[in-house]
Amino acid sequence: MNCFSKSYLKSLPRDIRLKQRYRAEKRFRAYGYTAIGIGVFFLTALLWSIFSQGYTAFWQTSITLPVKLDVAVIDPQNRRDKNPQILITANYPVLIRNALAEKLGIAIDDYIGLRELNHMISPSAGIKLRKMVLDNPQIIGSTQSLTVLAGADIDSAFKGKINLTVSEISRKISNRQIKWMYKLAAEGSLYKAFNTGLFIFASSSRPETSGLGVALIGSFYMILIVLMFSLPIGVATAIYLEEYARKNRFTDLIEININNLAAVPSIVFGLLGVSVFINFFGLPRSSSLVGGLVLTLMTLPIIIIATRSALRAVPISIRSAALGVGASKIQMVFQHVLPLAAPGILTGTVIGLTRALGETAPLLLIGMVAFIANYPRTLMDPATALPVQIYMWANESERAFIERTSGAIIVLLMFLAVINTIAVLLRRRFEQHR
Amino acid sequence: MNRMICPVGMYLLSSIFFISGIASAREQIQIGGSSTVFPYAKIVAEAFGEIYPEYKIPVIESGGTGSGIKQFCHGIGDNTIDIANASRSMKQSELQLCFDSGVKSVEEVCIGYDGIAFATSIKSADWNFTPQDIYRALAVTVIVDGKMQPNLVKKWNEVNPNLPAWDIIAYIPGEKHGTREVFEEKLMLNGCKASGAFDALKAFGMDDKAAFAACVATRKDGKAIDVDGDYPETLARLVANRTTIGIVGLAFYENNADLLKIAAINDVLPSEQTISNGKYMLSRPLFFYVKKSHLDIISGLEEYVDFFLSDQMIGPDGPLVEYGLVAISKAERDAQRAAFKEGRTMVLR
Repeated sequence: MNCFSKSYLKSLPRDIRLKQRYRAEKRFRAYGYTAIGIGVFFLTALLWSIFSQGYTAFWQTSITLPVKLDVAVIDPQNRRDKNPQILITANYPVLIRNALAEKLGIAIDDYIGLRELNHMISPSAGIKLRKMVLDNPQIIGSTQSLTVLAGADIDSAFKGKINLTVSEISRKISNRQIKWMYKLAAEGSLYKAFNTGLFIFASSSRPETSGLGVALIGSFYMILIVLMFSLPIGVATAIYLEEYARKNRFTDLIEININNLAAVPSIVFGLLGVSVFINFFGLPRSSSLVGGLVLTLMTLPIIIIATRSALRAVPISIRSAALGVGASKIQMVFQHVLPLAAPGILTGTVIGLTRALGETAPLLLIGMVAFIANYPRTLMDPATALPVQIYMWANESERAFIERTSGAIIVLLMFLAVINTIAVLLRRRFEQHR
Repeated sequence: MNRMICPVGMYLLSSIFFISGIASAREQIQIGGSSTVFPYAKIVAEAFGEIYPEYKIPVIESGGTGSGIKQFCHGIGDNTIDIANASRSMKQSELQLCFDSGVKSVEEVCIGYDGIAFATSIKSADWNFTPQDIYRALAVTVIVDGKMQPNLVKKWNEVNPNLPAWDIIAYIPGEKHGTREVFEEKLMLNGCKASGAFDALKAFGMDDKAAFAACVATRKDGKAIDVDGDYPETLARLVANRTTIGIVGLAFYENNADLLKIAAINDVLPSEQTISNGKYMLSRPLFFYVKKSHLDIISGLEEYVDFFLSDQMIGPDGPLVEYGLVAISKAERDAQRAAFKEGRTMVLR
C-alpha cells in the first residue's frame, strides 16, 4: 500500500483529455444532425412544392348530362343506312351543348351564351359521343346519360387555379361561366372524379385529354431494352476485365476509358445515337428502340464499374478454394464468384436503370422530345419517355398543364420508388441464399 | 458450363443482327422546328388525326427554328423530318445548306402572324415604350457626346422620364429562338436608328453589317438577361418581381392574362387588329417548310398540309386563331393554297 502513496497517484499523468474527447464526439454528432437536417429540409421543400401543386392533377372535373340524341341533328335526311359516313361526320358537339343549355336554361338564340357554353365542355366530348353512337346506332332518338370532361379552363377554375378576382377580360373564364359552373356543381352534375386519363391518354394539345400513356409505354420499352442489352454486355465485360484479362497497358487504357465514359455528359450519347443508330444503321427516328440503345450506351459504364467492384469484393480465398478442388475457371467464376457478387451487380444495375429512366437530354437529339399522340405498338414506333413528358408539359402555356407537370413528376417518383423497392427485396433474397 | 456460355454468345450475336437488320418505311409525318409554331402544329395534328383516322398523327418536335431547319436540311429520305416549323423565314444561307445536302425542292407556307410583347406582372405599372427606350436601356454600347462608351444606365427613368424609376431588368429570348430576331430587328435596330446611333456608328467607319451587330448587341452586366427556356420560365421570373419586364408571345399572354400585363410600344397595344394592320410593330409571320419530294413518299403529308391551310384551321374562326394566332387575310390564304397546289418551290438567289 505504501508503495502507492497518495502523492504518487496524484502526480501520475492521467490527463487523457476525456472531457474534450466527449465534447468532440458530441460536436461531431451535432454536425451530422445538421447535415441530415439540411438534407431533409430541402427534400421536404421539394416534395411539398411538387405534391401541393400536383395532387390536384389526379382529379379531373367532369360533367354528367342527359343528352338527347336528336335525329334531326345527327341524320336530318334519314340516310344513315345508305351512307354510314353520316354518323361519323354528324355534329355531335352541338348535341352536348344543347343538353347543357337546356339544363342551365339558356335560350337557343343566345349565341354568345352558347359560345361560352362550348368552352365549358372539352372538345373530346363530341368524339366520345360519336364512338357511343357508332358502337350502338339504336340509341339515336333516345336520351342517354353522358359523362364528359369539362373544358380545361373550367377545370382550372373549379380547382381554384385561376385568379377569379381580376377583371373579367384578364381571365380565360367569364363571370357567366363561373356562375354556371357553381350552379352545375350545386346540382351535382359537375364534380371532380379520379383522373384515370392521366395514366391512359396520349399527348394532346388540350390539357384535359393529355396523359402519360405514350410516355409510360415508351419508358417501359426503353427500360426493357436497357436491361436486355446493358446487363449481359456489362457483366460480361466486367468478368473478362476482372477475372481473365492480364493487367497491362492496354487493359489500363480500357479501364480509364470506361471510367471516363461514366462521366460523359448524357447529351453526347444523344449525338452518338443520331450519327450511329439513325444515320448509319437507318433505325427510325423517335423510336423507343433508338432511345433504349442510346440509354444502354449511357448505362453500360455504370454497370461495368459496379460489377467490377462487386467482383473485386469477393475474397480471393473463394477463388483459390474453388480452383483447389478442381473447378475450371469458368466454373469458378459462374458457380462461386458471380453468385457472391450478385447483390452488388444488382445495386449497380438499378442505379444505372433509374438514371436512364430519368434522362431527357440524350433523347432530345434522337427526336423523342416530341408531341406523339399514337400509342407505340412496337419498338419501332415513335414514343416519348416520362421525364420528356414532364419537360414538355412544363413548357406549355395553359394553366392546367402546370398541375399536370407536377402530377407527372409524382408518377415518375412512384415509378422509381417501385423499382428501388423491388431491387432492395431482390438483394435481400440474394444475400439470404449465400 | 458450356451450356451456359453458348446461349450468352448466341444472345449477343443475335442482338447485333437484330439491330443491323431493320430499316423500315415510316408511317408518320415527322415535324421539327419552332417552339412558337409548336402549339399550333399540335392543334392541327390532333384535329387531323380525328378527321383522317386512316393516317397516324404526326410526330412534332420543338427544338427551335434554327435547329429545326438544320435537321430539315440534313437530307431527304425516311430518317429526315418532312416539315420544319419556323417563326421566321428561312435564310438564304440555310437554303444553301439544304441545296448542298440534296434538299432541292422546299415549299414555303405562311400560316399567319404572331405577336410578341413585353409583359410584366399584373401588379406592375402600365408601361409604354418606344424602340429607342429599349435600345438605350439594353444596348451594350451607347454613343454619348459622339463617343462610343459602355452603357451604364441603371434605371428606366434615366432613359425616358415617363418610365418608372425602377432598376432595368429585362428578360429577352436567347439566341436559339426565332423571337430573338424580331426583338433585334424591330426594337434594337429601330431604336438604334431613331436615336441616331446607327448613323453615328457608320460615321465611325463601320459598314452596315458591323453597325447592325453593334446596334443589336445587348448588355452582359445582368440588365438584359437571355432566357433560353420557354415562356413559362419568363413568366415565373416576371411574377416573382414586379419591376422586371420580359418578352412573351401573345398566345402565351392570353393564356396567362390573370398574371400578366402587356406593355404598349409607341402607344399601341397588341391586338388582332393592330397586328394585322401593322400598327403594332412586334409581329412576325409564322411559316412551315415542306419537302416536296416527300409528298409522294410519306402518306398523309399532302393531306396534312392541305388540312393545315384550310379555313377550318387557319381561318379567322379556326382553333388556331382562338389559341392566339393572327389570321392572314382571305386573299393571302387563297394565295398560299394556290402556291401549294401548284407546288411552287423556293429558289436560291
